[in-house]
Amino acid sequence: MVMPKREPTKLVPVPSTNIIPERDVDKSPILECRHLGIDFGGLTAVNEFNMAIGRTEIAGLIGPNGAGKTTVFNLLTKVYQPTRGTILLDGVDTHSMNTVQVNKAGIARTFQNIRLFNNLTVEDNVKLGLHNHISYGMWQGLFRLPGYWKGERVAHERAMELLSIFDMAHLASAKAGSLPYGAQRRLEIVRALATNPSLLLLDEPAAGMNPSETAELMENIVKIRDTFQIAILLIEHDMSLVMGICEGICVLNFGQIIAKGTPDEIQADPAVIEAYLGKQKEG
Amino acid sequence: MKKINKNSLNGFINYGIVIAAFVVLQLLLNRGALSNSLQSLLVPTCCYIVMAVSLNLTVGILGELSLGHAGFMSLGAFSGITAAIALQGLIPSPALRLAAALLVGGLVGAIGGVIIGVPVLRLRGDYLAIVTLAFGEIIKNVIMVLYIGVDEKGLHVAMSEAGLHLAEGGVTIVKGPMGAVNVPKLASFTAGFLLILVTLLVVQNLVSSRSGRAIMALRDNRIAAESVGINVTKYKLMAFVTSAALAGAAGALFGLNYSSTVSSKFDFNTSILVLVFVVLGGLGSIRGSVIAAALLYVLPELLRQFKLAEYRMLIYAIILILVMLCTNNPMLKQLMDNTIGKFKKQPAAAEKGGAQ
Repeated sequence: MVMPKREPTKLVPVPSTNIIPERDVDKSPILECRHLGIDFGGLTAVNEFNMAIGRTEIAGLIGPNGAGKTTVFNLLTKVYQPTRGTILLDGVDTHSMNTVQVNKAGIARTFQNIRLFNNLTVEDNVKLGLHNHISYGMWQGLFRLPGYWKGERVAHERAMELLSIFDMAHLASAKAGSLPYGAQRRLEIVRALATNPSLLLLDEPAAGMNPSETAELMENIVKIRDTFQIAILLIEHDMSLVMGICEGICVLNFGQIIAKGTPDEIQADPAVIEAYLGKQKEG
Repeated sequence: MKKINKNSLNGFINYGIVIAAFVVLQLLLNRGALSNSLQSLLVPTCCYIVMAVSLNLTVGILGELSLGHAGFMSLGAFSGITAAIALQGLIPSPALRLAAALLVGGLVGAIGGVIIGVPVLRLRGDYLAIVTLAFGEIIKNVIMVLYIGVDEKGLHVAMSEAGLHLAEGGVTIVKGPMGAVNVPKLASFTAGFLLILVTLLVVQNLVSSRSGRAIMALRDNRIAAESVGINVTKYKLMAFVTSAALAGAAGALFGLNYSSTVSSKFDFNTSILVLVFVVLGGLGSIRGSVIAAALLYVLPELLRQFKLAEYRMLIYAIILILVMLCTNNPMLKQLMDNTIGKFKKQPAAAEKGGAQ
C-alpha cells in the first residue's frame, strides 16, 4: 500500500481532556462532545463519550462489534437525541436541532448499510446532496423560469466536478442502484460531500472493498481532507486503513472510551489489545 | 448549453401522444364517426386521466398509498359547480366561467389537501392509506347533508334547505342527498384536453425539478434524504397538495359535464378505480397512467356494444387480472424488452407503456 508521505502528527490537549492535532490547536475544534451518553430503556449504549476533532483532522472511531460506534454517529446526526451530555459543532450546541438542521449546520454522513436513492441516477443523487445549495423554488421549476435553468446548470457542473474526485463522471446517467458495491460506497461519500459539510462522518467506508480499492479509498479520503479542508471522522474495521490515515483514534468498548491517542499509542495500549484479543492467561 | 435529457424527451413524447389523440378524436367527432355513447365518454375520460396522473404523483412518485383521491375530486366537483352557478352574472362567457370553476375546484382541492395532509403525512404506509380512505368517506357524507344556495347577498351554506334563508330569486345549488342540480353543462372535450396538458406540464416539470428530486428521494430512502438536509414534511406536503389540486380541477370538470351530480358518485370505488389505473399503468410512469386511464375507462362502455353486454363487468375484471399477470410475467417482460429494443434502433419509434 503506497501512501503519500505525511509529517507525523503530534496530538496535544485542548481545554478539557481532549486531544487534537497540533496544527489545529490554535483554532477551536470543529466538534466537541462532552459527557455524551444515551440509554435505550435500561441499557446504556454510550456513556461519558468525550471527544474533540480538529478542523482538518482525520479521526478514527474503532472498537469491537456492538461497542456503540454507529450509535455515536446517530447521536451526532440527531437520529437519536442524546440522554446526557452536549455536542458542540463549531462551538454551537446542537441540542435543539434535528437531522436536517444538523446537516445544514455542517455534518454530513454515510451509512453502514448503503442508503442511496436507488431509482435515481448517479447525477441526481449528487444533486440531492446539493439540494440546499440550489436556490430556485417550486414555482421557478414548475414554469421553467430562468432561475430553473441557471440553478440546474450550476448544479450539473458542480455534481460533475464532485463525481470526478472519484472518477465517476462517466457513470453520471446510470441508476444508483445498478452500480457495483464499491462504487455505491464512493457515491455515498460524494453525496455527503455535496452538502458542503465541515465534518464528514464515514461509517465503514471500506466495508466490502478489496485491498486495492481500500488503498485507493485511503488516498481519496486524504485528498478530500486536503482539498476541502474539512474534518473527517470514520468508523472502520480495516486496521490498515485506520492506522494508515487516522491522526487521532478513539477506541470504544461497551459504550465507553477505553483509549485515545495516535495510531502508535493505540497499537501499544494494553486495554485495546485486551478488548480486541482478550486477556492473556496468567502464568 | 441546453441538452435534451431523457426525462424531458419522455415528457415531450407524452405531450405528443395526448395532442395526437385529441386531433384524431376531434376529426372523428367532426365526421360524426363516434357513437353517442362514446361521445359522452370523452370528458369523463379526460377527468379520469387527470385523476390518474395526479394520483400517480402521490402513489408512484412520492410513494405514499392514498385511498381517498375521490374525496378531492368531490371537493372540486361541488365547489366548481357552485362557482360556475354563482359567477353566472359576473362572468357571462361560458368558457371563462368554466376556467374560473376549474381554478376554484383546484384551489378547494388544494386547501383540502393541506388540511388532510398536515396531520396525515406524519403517518406511513398502511396507516396513511386507512386515514385517506376515511377522509374520502367523510367528504362524501358531509356533502350528502350540505345545502348550498346563492342569492344577491352571496353564498349560503346550511345543513337543511330551510336553513339556507335564501332571498327572493335565490337558487339552491347543492340539495343535500340530491346533490347538485340544474348544473350548467359547461364542460367540453377541448377543456378536458387542455386540463390534461396542464396536468402533464405541472407533474412533469415538478418531477424533473429540484423539488421533484427531493420528493423522489423521500420515496427511495427517507433516512438518507434527511441526512442530506431535505425537509421531509415540506416535500411530502408539496406532492400531496399538488396532487389534490389537480384532482380538484378534474372534479370540477367532471361535475360540470352532467346536469346533476350526487356525492355518492365519488366514493371508495372511484378512488380504487383510479388507483387501478395508476397501478396497471405502472407506478411512477406518467405515460402509463394516461394510457391505462383512457383504455380502462372506455373499455366497459365498449364491451356494452357487443352481445355479451350483461357480462361486461365480468370481462372487465378478467381483463384487469390478465393485465396484472402479464405485466408481472418475467417471460413476457423479456419478450417486450426485446421487441422494444428492436424498435429503439429506429430513433422515432415511441413505444407506449414504457417506464418513464
